[in-house]
Amino acid sequence: MSGKRFIECPVIVFAVALVLAGCTGPQSSLDPAGREAERIAGLFWWMAGGAVVVWALVVWLAWSAMHGRVSRHTERQARLYVIGGGVLFPTLVLAGLLAYGLGMMPALLEPAPPGSLKISVSGEQWWWRVRYHTADGGEVELANEIRLPVGEPASFELESPDVIHSFWIPSLAGKMDMIPGRRTRLVLHPTRTGTFRGQCAEFCGDSHALMAFPVVVMEKDAFAAWLTAQRAPAATPQADAGPEARRVNRGRDAFLEHGCSACHTVRGTLARGAIGPDLTHVGGRLTLGAGILPNDHPSFVRWIAETDRVKPGVLMPHYRMLPSGEHDALAAYLESLQ
Amino acid sequence: MSPVTHHDDPDPLPHAPTPELQRAQEERLREAWRSPSGWRYWSDVNNTIVGIWYTAVAFLFFLFGGVLALMIRLQLAVPGNDFLSADRYNQVFTVHGSVMMFLFAIPVFESIAVIFLPQMLGARDLPFPRLSAFGFWCFVLGGIFLSGSLLFDAAPRGGWFMYPPLTSTYQPGVGADMWLLGFSFIEVAAIAAAVELIVGTLKCRPPGMRINLIPLYCWYVLVAAAMVLFAFPPLIAGSMLLELERAFQWPFFDPARGGDPLLWQHLFWLFGHPEVYIIFLPSIAIIAMIVPTFARRPIVGYGWIVLAAVGTGFLSFGLWVHHMFTTGLPGVSLALFSAASEAVAIPTGVQIFCFVATIAAGRLTHSVPMLYTLGGLATFIIGGLTGVMVALASFDFQAHDTFFVVAHLHYVLIGGSVFPIIAGCYYFFPLINGKKLSDKLGKIAFWFLFTGFNATFLPMHLTGLRGMPRRVFTYPEGLGFDALNLLSTVGAFVLAIGVGIVAWDIVRPKKKQPLSERNPWNAGTLEWLPRMPQENWGVRSIPEIDSRYPLWDQPNLVRDVDQGRFYLPDAEEGKRETLVTSPIDAEPVQILRLPGPSFVPALAAITLGGFFILGTFYLWKAAVVSLVIALGTILHWLWTTTAVIPEKAEKSAGLGLTLPLYSSGAKSVGWWAMLITMLAVFTAFVSLVFAYFFYWTIHEDFPPASATGPGVFWPALGAALLLGAWALTLLARRCNRVDNAPAFYAFLTVAIVGSLAGAAALLAGPWRTGLDPTRHVYDATVWLLAIWTALHAVVGVIMQGYCMARRAAGRMTGRHDIDIHNVTLFWHFVAITTVIAAGTIAGFPLVK
Repeated sequence: MSGKRFIECPVIVFAVALVLAGCTGPQSSLDPAGREAERIAGLFWWMAGGAVVVWALVVWLAWSAMHGRVSRHTERQARLYVIGGGVLFPTLVLAGLLAYGLGMMPALLEPAPPGSLKISVSGEQWWWRVRYHTADGGEVELANEIRLPVGEPASFELESPDVIHSFWIPSLAGKMDMIPGRRTRLVLHPTRTGTFRGQCAEFCGDSHALMAFPVVVMEKDAFAAWLTAQRAPAATPQADAGPEARRVNRGRDAFLEHGCSACHTVRGTLARGAIGPDLTHVGGRLTLGAGILPNDHPSFVRWIAETDRVKPGVLMPHYRMLPSGEHDALAAYLESLQ
Repeated sequence: MSPVTHHDDPDPLPHAPTPELQRAQEERLREAWRSPSGWRYWSDVNNTIVGIWYTAVAFLFFLFGGVLALMIRLQLAVPGNDFLSADRYNQVFTVHGSVMMFLFAIPVFESIAVIFLPQMLGARDLPFPRLSAFGFWCFVLGGIFLSGSLLFDAAPRGGWFMYPPLTSTYQPGVGADMWLLGFSFIEVAAIAAAVELIVGTLKCRPPGMRINLIPLYCWYVLVAAAMVLFAFPPLIAGSMLLELERAFQWPFFDPARGGDPLLWQHLFWLFGHPEVYIIFLPSIAIIAMIVPTFARRPIVGYGWIVLAAVGTGFLSFGLWVHHMFTTGLPGVSLALFSAASEAVAIPTGVQIFCFVATIAAGRLTHSVPMLYTLGGLATFIIGGLTGVMVALASFDFQAHDTFFVVAHLHYVLIGGSVFPIIAGCYYFFPLINGKKLSDKLGKIAFWFLFTGFNATFLPMHLTGLRGMPRRVFTYPEGLGFDALNLLSTVGAFVLAIGVGIVAWDIVRPKKKQPLSERNPWNAGTLEWLPRMPQENWGVRSIPEIDSRYPLWDQPNLVRDVDQGRFYLPDAEEGKRETLVTSPIDAEPVQILRLPGPSFVPALAAITLGGFFILGTFYLWKAAVVSLVIALGTILHWLWTTTAVIPEKAEKSAGLGLTLPLYSSGAKSVGWWAMLITMLAVFTAFVSLVFAYFFYWTIHEDFPPASATGPGVFWPALGAALLLGAWALTLLARRCNRVDNAPAFYAFLTVAIVGSLAGAAALLAGPWRTGLDPTRHVYDATVWLLAIWTALHAVVGVIMQGYCMARRAAGRMTGRHDIDIHNVTLFWHFVAITTVIAAGTIAGFPLVK
């Protein structure tokens, strides 16, 4: 047995190293960037360690019971297993665990202090409508991207007009469901800057897997500048007749002509539809299609022409039938909405 | 105490009957229990035969579910894969979960119990063989219908948990209807089997086997079957609400009209969590039989295990909210349900340590069943420990709906159920056809299963914690899911090889293999009495029992049973018979005549299935016709084979014991079956009342300001009339007993008129006050409670008419009054239901 231990030792060290390396990622709850996620990750490591010990203990007990390591027992002695291992030990361990685990609940559920950043998010099949409530009582609507200032609490109001979704940014905190007819709340405390990924966690139909969003935690000033920019209406294409500007203008006309504005808003233009995502600054976002495509020209073209293939079941009709020049112009216009 | 006999642990006959007599007895028993041949084979109802069909079909569904799992794993093997489309993937994972739960895990528990419970209890059969057959045919029909839908791209696609509003308004097509109606149908069959198993355990034991002597397996089955009674009705009620919303726009889950999607989650998990233990307990029950056999000693802590199993059963009904930790519930609920969820680890720990203690106190012999047992426990403990983690709300905020939970639940269900069931296959197989399975194949399969399983599911813990949600048909590369998913997929195929080897071992031809010796593992419990291969009659003569391990403790038991020195060694009248005993002390009270082979249960299953299947396609008229035929078939079944008046009042059971052939009231098995069935029906009703209170408590607009009904008058009138009908039914029973026929008919006639008038008055409440069930959830809920109660009254009327017809036909007399006893019992439940329903719909609008 002691001989074995020497062999096991490096194995364990290697395994631990592997596990730690395997915990990182933009969507990993074990690579936390928020107060809530940090606490839960800490809780997890304690529980995981405890679970390994308990498992090993029980298996060792069963092993020695089988091989008579502990000399054969009388029934009375054997009963001690039941009382000790089955009743006393779990009662004590679980009581401790409950005290520790539930002790952190008030902090996890605590509302944000008054005056904190307020954001409403509505999960819709299969994208995110995001509204920032500014200090002056105004509202900025955007979609499929969330930016937060580091070190500041952010209070979320979550809802859904269609089916149940769940709002989840693993790097920052646990998830909260978005339930039609209800409004749920979640408070986040980002602790470091970076770009993370959120994803819908409640099965919501065909493209549940394709309902994600980037989350950018920024320095406070950068965040304030960003929000101000988001608040502004869309940039008007220049009147001069360079080829690029012409393409953008043609795209803007096509946008109105093909009915895109029935569903989408581009603030500062005639496009005031409220069914789909607000596109006022879509060109400046990190991703397209709710976190599933990079924000570049080919992706815009693909999204417009192949909508139903990129996102099965999507409500937006595809515009495959447009002449290819139109795709190109529309993409150029949308890209220009920085 | 039995009034018929004094009963003081009689010894077996001191001398064996002559060999000629023994041969003649065996010939008569064989004849009475013979299986029909040719195509009529499928009309058999004997528990051993039906149980084997049942288990085999459940196992086929397991393989089908496994193939679906492999499709899931193939799709997820690499990021951005297009092996399955999104929609197809959603169908596949929905059907995988549903098949494994409803078409494998639950049926296999019941089917294994149908085979072995009577054998462990030294009974010739379960008390209602045709009910087992009925349940089997329902299961086959519903199962094929649901699984087949996948081939037509018409399968349910809302997840096995079917959350509305996704499933109520966002998924047109028959998939969701199929799920709701198809599984309700199968759940009815599961409840029927549960009734059978409970009555079997309580009433069909060998004399002397008091409740504290029954094999642990039977305790587990008793607990699990009782849980089925209380867990399935909330789901059936919920399915009814959801189907009413889908088919008729009754807005139970539509927030725009006062409904609430969370109600579904409560009802679903009120079923869904106990379900886990309904699967786990009967599987660990197999372990509780295997461990003592191979430890060569009685189990340590019999009482502890019983207490733990019962405790688990109770606790499991108080945990459902831990599936809803992320729905924004208040902190107090989260803490309470976290604590309750942790608490269930304690009885589970007790059971595991009882097994360890038994091994420690005994001398373990190694064997394939033991290998699977230990492998299963080691696996299950991991699932239990991750269960302790996710039970803690704070951690669950992260883990919920991720692959961590997928890993957790597979560790619990495969470790706690599939491994024990395979252990059971290797252990019990000689009782099926007299041959053992192969030790060598068993061991090879085990290592494939064990490594494959862990390679599949261990990485999933990390996949989930790194942020991969469940139920996604694809994932992008570069998030850290790629390698983990590939490993899981490879593991799944290794696991599948293991399953394949076990399947081959079971079906491989065994003609040349010698028969197993009798009781090959030298076990101590009664199921190991039979010769190899065993006869259809179950037990040659029913022994007197005074030990938990009679084969170890009672000398000459095998010889005495074989030579017919105990009870019922013969079938003089050529009829199938078994002993009925009292529930606690197992005092013999009756010899029960059991019905033989018949196609009637299959026909009833097909026509009842027709109702549900046609309903799926909204062919309501055809569905109702099918239902009426089903009702007629069931009435025919009851009329011809239940409460049959025997040709003589009593007969000798042997050893100087004379028992009646007919008993009614609480002594009869039928009365118990009615009681237990009605507990389940009543639970469904309570679920509907729960819905009313759920809306009433948490929604301001329930009842809405515009609500106009149902008022007090109509519900009160309906309740008064139905209570009157109930009282008259009671009086009629009394008149029947004293053979006052005119009064009997008069009371029942008035009762029928009163019941119908009462039902009409209850419906008049919402109708006359203008409640429109599609307008607001309040109207819909009131209508539903009124209809539910009125339907009870109508069924009660059919029963009252049935009793009048039975008496008129001479099939019921003053002494032979099973029918009216059971009908009265039904009416007790109608009375309670009426009072609660009328009180709720009339009274609660006044309070708010």
